[in-house]
Amino acid sequence: MSGYVGDVVALARKDLLLELRARDTLPAMLLFVVSTLVVFHFALPQGAGDDAAYGLLWVALVFTALLGLARAWVPEREHAALDGLVLATGDRSAIWLAKTVAALAFLGAAEVVALPAFAVLFAPLDAAAVLGVVLASVGICVVGTLASAMAAAGRGREVILPLLVLPLSIPLVVGGVGASVSSEPRTYVAFLCLYDAVFAILSWASFEYVVTE
Amino acid sequence: MPARITLPTLSVISVALMAAAVTMIFFVAPEDADQGISQKIFYFHVPIALTAYVLFGLGAWKALRVLWTRGERYDLESYTAIHQGTIFGALTLITGAIWAKASWGVWWTWSSNQLVLFLVLFLFYCAYFMLRFSVEAGPRRERISAVYALFGVALIPVSFLAIRLASDFIHPTVFTREGPQMTGTMFGAFCVAWAAIVVLALVMYSVELAGKRTDAHLRELREALGR
Repeated sequence: MSGYVGDVVALARKDLLLELRARDTLPAMLLFVVSTLVVFHFALPQGAGDDAAYGLLWVALVFTALLGLARAWVPEREHAALDGLVLATGDRSAIWLAKTVAALAFLGAAEVVALPAFAVLFAPLDAAAVLGVVLASVGICVVGTLASAMAAAGRGREVILPLLVLPLSIPLVVGGVGASVSSEPRTYVAFLCLYDAVFAILSWASFEYVVTE
Repeated sequence: MPARITLPTLSVISVALMAAAVTMIFFVAPEDADQGISQKIFYFHVPIALTAYVLFGLGAWKALRVLWTRGERYDLESYTAIHQGTIFGALTLITGAIWAKASWGVWWTWSSNQLVLFLVLFLFYCAYFMLRFSVEAGPRRERISAVYALFGVALIPVSFLAIRLASDFIHPTVFTREGPQMTGTMFGAFCVAWAAIVVLALVMYSVELAGKRTDAHLRELREALGR
């Protein structure tokens, strides 16, 4: 496999392999999302209803994604590997796309545990809600990977990242909660698709400017 | 700022327009039958909000020029426009809260789509400053700031749509597809008020930009003199 797709696959594979060997991110995300759900059980008042629980699920997912995204560029930064990647021939947007795929894989793995746990502990999830989670996860990884690269360029990156990602994730939370609780989830699913498309194109096109000196 | 109009002239125009706007708002435009005197804040609140959008748009346009031409001066212009936009955004939130208190008896209501949108944008653009000042000055900071500013203009319509989806619609809709729902003099006062606020924004933008440019030149001079 060569060319653009080959670059993306090789880079994403590198991230997944690193995670498989070092196990830096995924166990932390899994433990975090389950702990958060348990905390929410005690934070919700008695008889709060399912709708409140769906809202809290989204808080848990957004924060879990942030936890993963905060570590997204750590391997590249530690050994100045990003400079090497940027200097390599090939389209730089492939670096962003590969990192997004890897971040999505980690978040997806966390959700595979979180969603059944939520269904058992709180309230059932229907197909529209799961679709909402999938689409919102794509959106948050798309903008989060770019925001994480931006934050990594400065001081205090751990503090900056949530500040950058949370305002951008508000539309995703609206779409995701709407898909979970609304009787007409189609509008919300379409909205999430629109968000994903708009911000994917924007991130894909602008990543090069973020990493080049 | 166009070279033909100097900053002092622009300032005089701004003061004159503001005086005309205040006169029209309080002495020409009739009092709203439903809301009374409290409706007068509309002539400030809406123009300030629209001007904030204009400034965010200007910031994004200059950001695009930064990425396009790699021109250092556009970075300062983009930053200044967003800084002024954030000030006008904060004013929108404050005037909106006052209007909400007068009309609905509460300082804040989540069902007011425009106010919630401004809160989201305000948070987003506050993060812009955090990001900008965390990166060391140089071409990389210019480009990262520019990309973030461009995200802002994409976020405005997307958030607007999201907030419309998320809430009910009790905010008074003054502009509909059938045109403005106001009398002629009210619309006239609104237009003058908007012009006054836009010119005021232009003055503030020019003053801040002039200050920032002087600051940058001074720093270059100091470096050149080796101090």
